[in-house]
Amino acid sequence: MEYATIKELVSLAAAAETSIWKIVLQVEAEEEEVAESEVRKSMLANLNVMKEAVDYGRQNNIQTGGGLVGDEALKLEKYLTTASKSEQNNIYNKMITYALATAEVNAGMGKIVAGPTAGASGIVPAVVLSIGEYNNLSDQKLVEALFTAAGLGYVVSRKATLAGAAGGCQAECGVGAAMAAGAAVELRGGTPQMAADAFAMALKNLLGLVCDPVAGLVEVPCVKRNAFAAAHAYTASTMALAGIESVIPADEVIMALTEIGDQMSTCLKETSRGGLAITPTALKIKEDLQ
Amino acid sequence: MSIFEIMGPAMIGPSSSHTAGAARIGRMARLLFADKIDRAVVKLHGSFADTAVGHGTDRAIIGGLLGFLPDDQRLRSSFELAETEGMEFSIEEVKLREVHPNTAQIILYNKGKTKNLEIAASSIGGGRIKVTEINGSTVELTGRMPTFWILHQDRPGEVGIITSILGSYKINIAFMQVYRNRKGDIGSCIIEMDNQPNQDVITKLENSENILQVRYLPRI
Repeated sequence: MEYATIKELVSLAAAAETSIWKIVLQVEAEEEEVAESEVRKSMLANLNVMKEAVDYGRQNNIQTGGGLVGDEALKLEKYLTTASKSEQNNIYNKMITYALATAEVNAGMGKIVAGPTAGASGIVPAVVLSIGEYNNLSDQKLVEALFTAAGLGYVVSRKATLAGAAGGCQAECGVGAAMAAGAAVELRGGTPQMAADAFAMALKNLLGLVCDPVAGLVEVPCVKRNAFAAAHAYTASTMALAGIESVIPADEVIMALTEIGDQMSTCLKETSRGGLAITPTALKIKEDLQ
Repeated sequence: MSIFEIMGPAMIGPSSSHTAGAARIGRMARLLFADKIDRAVVKLHGSFADTAVGHGTDRAIIGGLLGFLPDDQRLRSSFELAETEGMEFSIEEVKLREVHPNTAQIILYNKGKTKNLEIAASSIGGGRIKVTEINGSTVELTGRMPTFWILHQDRPGEVGIITSILGSYKINIAFMQVYRNRKGDIGSCIIEMDNQPNQDVITKLENSENILQVRYLPRI
């Protein structure tokens, strides 16, 4: 059994009357010639790294290379403790806090799980962990959601790039949001096709996103963008669960991602030679850091 | 390819391509050299050069040269640790033609050795890497599977001897590339395998008459 497209992944899951995560797990075990329980164990280790990063980022002011970020999650955490019950119970608020926490830990040369990349590492954990907490889901369920996310990202990696230097931020935060959207759908009880639609909708809406980090650091706009992308992923999953479909199929959105990445100027692909990176403030920051 | 290359690796931030991939490139160079590294010259191209300091690319490559994995906290202090280990290094910028934007050239020296190692490698996204050049030969080495890099006399039957040895240990070859610079000179091959070879296989290869050098590269 194997899959090279989102369509194939959905068909395999539908034919077996199961979820995407199960197909992804089975294929991984087959390909790597290890037991499924071992594959689960490895993913659980990743889940634990994710939890540690979120916990650390929520509670600490993090020293980063450029010092441009580091206390955003802490600020949100404090704000939410004094906010109204409805604010506290809003899943989006939890999600953006978790995304910021992870992205800050990453910026501070801390340990995270790159998924699909380190710069976009806050999105999948934020979505998966918040949904898990709100619904009291077991670690096993969360591990399964990570398989869904991984399988969707795997297809992208076979067809397109995941490097900001080659495809811009659409290839990092865009794909991260799309992976998280698909995972969110399955965690929330949706079908494989719904997961594919959520994936497509999330990715579509972040196509064209450039990678223009200030002073070449994974800080501005990267850290806050992880929070936006997490909320974005959750929005896509809700639309898909409601039966809203993506007009452009997921695999074609991936083709568009590649084409846009190819057309994008090198200045906007992780070289810090364009966009936000050459604004007066960014240039001043860069000068001050040198 | 494993899904853990997508949902993973667990790594020290801030960039999978510029930090984790860079550490892997350094480590791969160390494994290929397999000697004490007295001096390392690291040349960065493209985005690697433009954003090295901010991403810790320089520290990650040096950390990799010291043998650290991408999730090793010591990557942060690799410059200081290189000094303790007695490894001199310099980091320069270079402009290369028609290579991936995240490319590094690494030249390694050992005081007692005349032959240096020179590689070019790219970080192709999500922490995955590709060594594209070893000592002037174009290669493709990803570290995704257990791999041998073998230097041997270029003569009839030599590649057959190597593959027979692997076959006798029930090792299946997934991909294989063979190279040589001049007829009858030194040939080299890169063999990617489905299974992990044990020390017996390595010793057997090393003791084979016309094999000059065997480097085993475990999966990264």
